[in-house]
Amino acid sequence: MKPLKTYGFDNDIPAELGGRRTTAVYVYQAPVRIWHWLTAISVMVLAITGFFIGKPLPTLSGEASAHFLMGYIRFAHFAAAYVLAVGLIFRIYWAIVGNAYSRELFIVPVWDPQWWREFFYEVRWYMFMVRYPKKYVGHNPVGQFAMFCFFLCAVGMILSGFALYGEGLGEQSWAYRMFGWVISLVGGNSMTLHGLHRLGMWFTILFVMLHIYAAIREDIMSKQSMISTMVSGFRMFKS
Amino acid sequence: MQMESFYDVMRSQGVSRRSFLKFCSLTATSMGLGAGFVPQIAHALENQPRTPVIWLHGLECTCCSESFIRSAHPLAKDAILSMISLDYDDTIMAAAGHQAEAILDEITTKYKGNYIVAVEGNPPLNEDGMFCMPGGEPFVEKLKRVSKDASAIIAWGACASWGCVQAAKPNPTRATPVADVITDKPIIKVPGCPPIPEVMAAVITYMVTFGRIPPLDRQGRPKMFYGQRIHDKCYRRPHFDAGQFVEDWDDEGARKGYCLYKMGCKGPTTYNACSTVRWNDGVSFPIQSGHGCIGCSENGFWDKGSFYDRVVDINQFGIESNADKIGLTVAGAAGAAIVAHAAVSAIKSTALKRQDLKSLNDVQREETR
Ligand code: HEM
Ligand code: HEM
Ligand code: SF4
Ligand code: SF4
Repeated sequence: MKPLKTYGFDNDIPAELGGRRTTAVYVYQAPVRIWHWLTAISVMVLAITGFFIGKPLPTLSGEASAHFLMGYIRFAHFAAAYVLAVGLIFRIYWAIVGNAYSRELFIVPVWDPQWWREFFYEVRWYMFMVRYPKKYVGHNPVGQFAMFCFFLCAVGMILSGFALYGEGLGEQSWAYRMFGWVISLVGGNSMTLHGLHRLGMWFTILFVMLHIYAAIREDIMSKQSMISTMVSGFRMFKS
Repeated sequence: MQMESFYDVMRSQGVSRRSFLKFCSLTATSMGLGAGFVPQIAHALENQPRTPVIWLHGLECTCCSESFIRSAHPLAKDAILSMISLDYDDTIMAAAGHQAEAILDEITTKYKGNYIVAVEGNPPLNEDGMFCMPGGEPFVEKLKRVSKDASAIIAWGACASWGCVQAAKPNPTRATPVADVITDKPIIKVPGCPPIPEVMAAVITYMVTFGRIPPLDRQGRPKMFYGQRIHDKCYRRPHFDAGQFVEDWDDEGARKGYCLYKMGCKGPTTYNACSTVRWNDGVSFPIQSGHGCIGCSENGFWDKGSFYDRVVDINQFGIESNADKIGLTVAGAAGAAIVAHAAVSAIKSTALKRQDLKSLNDVQREETR
């Protein structure tokens, strides 16, 4: 009898992944891991500098020529923004050439009832309603969904961010030509875009809080490695 | 009959040839054109038939007209005003009543397809347009009728361009920007509350001299005056980059002329020429006088939250709250939830540990067997 198709599994590692005795599976290829940590750093820089762009630090005294604080903060924001944007383009490319797990960030099988069943199973696990979570070589469905939301949010931040950036570079600039339409889309007054961009920062912070908490907790409680997986690429299953 | 040119009109208004040439060079300068364009402008004004300008007034406060007649270059003002008042402007023309309306009919038929309509204010659409009735006719009707045979429309000020205060929430009369009512003509938006007089004069001169509309940006504004933000040319910008801000209206920074960003200056999001052309004969502009820009030339600037804040309310989702209020609430709730969840997880896992260990032993026993 052919077993029912599942995303996760319960006890031991299925035979096709190397049999019962294998406890480590190579999941995240080096480019994915490097991308992850570069993105993590750039997003933290973006959120901190972005916060202070909207609500700047207390005034510095002395001559204006002696300081360039806002200038440096904005420079750091834009530098990290380029890292985020170029990184994301690279990550999309890697989803095409990388292994199956590299595609999970972008393709969420919402059309599959089995995926939803496992999604709600995972929700029940987070709500202490089941004893053990299923094990996943890639992302668990809830995590995958959250990561997809972050991906969408990052795209939104890049579109709105480069539109604002284009305003600074001027109307002849490549950024304004390519992304200026975002300003028209929100009604033409870029104050609105500043507000939405800032709201996006808070959404990102929300994701990062839940993401880091879940990563640490799963690492301890779900009998599979998490953080070390994002470092070494190997998923360890303990049970 | 030969069509009269602008030059003919100016001469008959008592403008000397010398003054006329001065006017041409002024025009070229104000539009950022080189000296080589002066003869071109003079030639056009001497030889091309005059383009009549019809100036309509809808729901407005006349601040655009007030601004316009205070143009810093008296020559430009006199010359253009004399050209325009010849045609139709119900507020400042000599004729009145039926006589005035007869002139309007005459121009629209005689110059069919060749005249410019300059609109100050906008039409309110609620109650069939009854909130604005010049000459006993809803303004929206008049606007449509007069615009039908125009070659182009100039939308003066924030009112005609975006709606301005009469269109601010909840917009009881449904005041509507000109571009939403007239959709089949080129529309040149010259926003501002009011627009800068020199900008108005230059836009209209460009159109009548070159017989075409100036290059426009994405939102339909002439690039030459709306191509940069106040912030890009603000003389306080070095203080912005340095991180030196006015924190209070009466603090040291205010006296020293620091950047007004923290007082809510909208210069970084406002496209206008104030920081270069300035106001009142180039005397000053709001930031120079110590108050932030309120963004008067931007779409919906009345509804974008406080003039005195940078992180302002967004009402995109039907709630009036700013990003930081929403964000801090959500992040705070998430933080509390994480702490609670972590505590429950710890308690649960301790309670279950023994069972877990037992099952682990089972597994080991199985494997060694
Ligand atoms: C996760 C990603 C990002 C976060 C959390 C973030 C956060 C922020 C925040 C909070 C602000 C201040 C908004 C305000 O209150 O006015 C801001 C401004 C800005 N951001 Fe971002 N941002 C991100 C990505 C980007 C990207 C990809 C770009 C692209 C270049 C970008 C460009 C800008 C620009 C140009 C400004 C306005 C700067 C100014 O007004 O001087 N941002 N960002
Ligand atoms: C700004 C910070 C961060 C962002 C935006 C972020 C974003 C992401 C994204 C998008 C993925 C999916 C990766 C993929 O499929 O290619 C991911 C996975 C992961 N992240 Fe992060 N991350 C951040 C910080 C962190 C931190 C600080 C940790 C460690 C405590 C962490 C641990 C992990 C782990 C363990 C995974 C893999 C989860 C799994 O195997 O299912 N992340 N992260
Ligand atoms: S005062 Fe306003 S326009 Fe001038 S630098 Fe500061 S924020 Fe920009
Ligand atoms: S400085 Fe700003 S608010 Fe003031 S007139 Fe210029 S655009 Fe309008």
